[in-house]
Amino acid sequence: MSVAFKDELLSPSTRPPRRRRVRDSQPGLFGIRTWKKTRLVTACIFGAISVFPLLYMISLSFQPTGDILTSHPVLVPTRPTVINYVQAWSENSFGRYFLNSMEVALGTVLITVVVSSLAAFAFARYSFRFKEIIFYAFLAALAVPSVELIIPQYLLVLKLHLTDSLFGLILIYASENLPFSIFLLRGFFEAVPKELEESFRLDGARTLRVLTRLIAPLSIPALAVVAMFTFNFAWEEFVIALTLINSPTHRTLPIALNFFIGEHTTQWGPLFAASVIATIPSLVVFLISQRSFQRGVSLGGIR
Amino acid sequence: MASVVLEQRPAGNPPGAASRRGRRALRVATPYLLLAPAAFLYVLFIAYPIFRQFDISFYNWHIFPGVHNPFVGWSNYSHIFKDPAIRTAAWNTLLFLVITVPIQMGIGLFSAAILTDRLPGRGFWRALIFIPVITSWVVVAYIFAYIFADQGGVANSVVSLFAGHSVHIDWLAQTWTGNAVIWLISIWKGVGWSFIMFLAALDGVPRDLVEAGRVDGARELRVWRHVVIPNIRPTIVFVLVILVIGASQVFTQVFILTSGGPYGSTETLFTYAYQQAFTFLSFSYAAAIASVMAVVVVGLSVLQIRVLRSGDRS
Repeated sequence: MSVAFKDELLSPSTRPPRRRRVRDSQPGLFGIRTWKKTRLVTACIFGAISVFPLLYMISLSFQPTGDILTSHPVLVPTRPTVINYVQAWSENSFGRYFLNSMEVALGTVLITVVVSSLAAFAFARYSFRFKEIIFYAFLAALAVPSVELIIPQYLLVLKLHLTDSLFGLILIYASENLPFSIFLLRGFFEAVPKELEESFRLDGARTLRVLTRLIAPLSIPALAVVAMFTFNFAWEEFVIALTLINSPTHRTLPIALNFFIGEHTTQWGPLFAASVIATIPSLVVFLISQRSFQRGVSLGGIR
Repeated sequence: MASVVLEQRPAGNPPGAASRRGRRALRVATPYLLLAPAAFLYVLFIAYPIFRQFDISFYNWHIFPGVHNPFVGWSNYSHIFKDPAIRTAAWNTLLFLVITVPIQMGIGLFSAAILTDRLPGRGFWRALIFIPVITSWVVVAYIFAYIFADQGGVANSVVSLFAGHSVHIDWLAQTWTGNAVIWLISIWKGVGWSFIMFLAALDGVPRDLVEAGRVDGARELRVWRHVVIPNIRPTIVFVLVILVIGASQVFTQVFILTSGGPYGSTETLFTYAYQQAFTFLSFSYAAAIASVMAVVVVGLSVLQIRVLRSGDRS
């Protein structure tokens, strides 16, 4: 894998080589072409199962409330309407919650990407005392995610006077995303050839320039993966936000959606309209980062 | 942070002894400076809370300032073994783990195998299978709550269709059906993650090795068993460990779908601990539950890695 990576670096003028094309001409894991139809049908079924609930949600969001809870549920809206969207957006300071979530998600992505890049750079490129011990200490945190530490984190945030603050959420979210991000980025940074860094340094580049001008641009797939995972984590996080945020004005979207049910006794229409709106940013971020995605996972990954 | 220190160094200094020493000190300090922000966040929001969790669990701890918090030793822990509600929660958590993890991994690996080679619309199918992973838990929980609603839910319509008469099952209000919906939603949302991990791993399997096995006349399944699976073994271990960790602290879907009801019969360990802490304000008892869980989960992870990695060498 690193060989292919080097070739890519040595010919910067050409676009990243079309690895996929090359790979496809090689024998596949299923060498037999006749399996193609079976595979295609299975892929259709899996794909359909994966999106059916979401398509159904979209369909429901365009149905008038009268059509939604009947004994004969309708799969495709017979009387399509946008009233649910109007209601969802206007009645609940929904825009406010949307912006809160956006602020939290972007803040978390920024802090996580910067902080974990710096740390991964240290792990990938320097030798220092207790390096592997520190690295495994970070990794061990993978075993204690979100819910586990909610009580002491709540007490800590109380002490720091960060309850009910979006900044407090950002700091906790970023911390929880560090271990995986550092793990992924370290593998990727190590794949950048040492000689390249040396020649870069001979030109007088300092440490941070090596990171920002050489290693980071070459690691865009991994950075995109980190950004996507972190964005989604922050965008959909529920328990911590539920616990730390008290005042309605500071609610993030998942919390706001949760209160939707309570405030309007199961108004499914507006709830699904709100859910559709809440899903769009995740989808957009996924589609943007998708092309980098698979390479990021496979290269940085698990050896 | 590091940039400030680096920029302070005067650029055009004559190479004197002092500046050389300074430069050496800087070179030694660089990795630590790079690590500093991560270490700060890690210690403050991960490491300290872990310590604090154990700490609180030995007191009868009150949230209100100024109230005396008596030291109670292991009594919160011994209470765990006398609490009948814990048994239900532990059983539900274990059942959840044993059912959802293998199915997620199985479907994930199967779909990755189908979509690793060239296929019309491959990228599209891959994206579709991954989409549930990026949809938020709250949204997904509501869709399923609606599909399994007792009045007008699609699930009941389908069952009615097969039964021949109209059926009204209140899925989420009964223990077994409630649990089953929780398993279903978790599998549905989780498969995409295993899928993407296995897809990446399968991509790295040397094709000539596979081809060699095939030339030797081995059947497709044998090639998989003897060439492909051993090759992606590290990923299988990784996915297993991460999924077990995740399953052991199943929370959001239960919290929203059934809130642990009816009468605590779908409660899992963390919904129970959360309720103890934030509804009944028994922070210390909840901390004791969480601490035991932490030890068990770390132990399980180490065990899995040990057992599966050692099998690697034989």
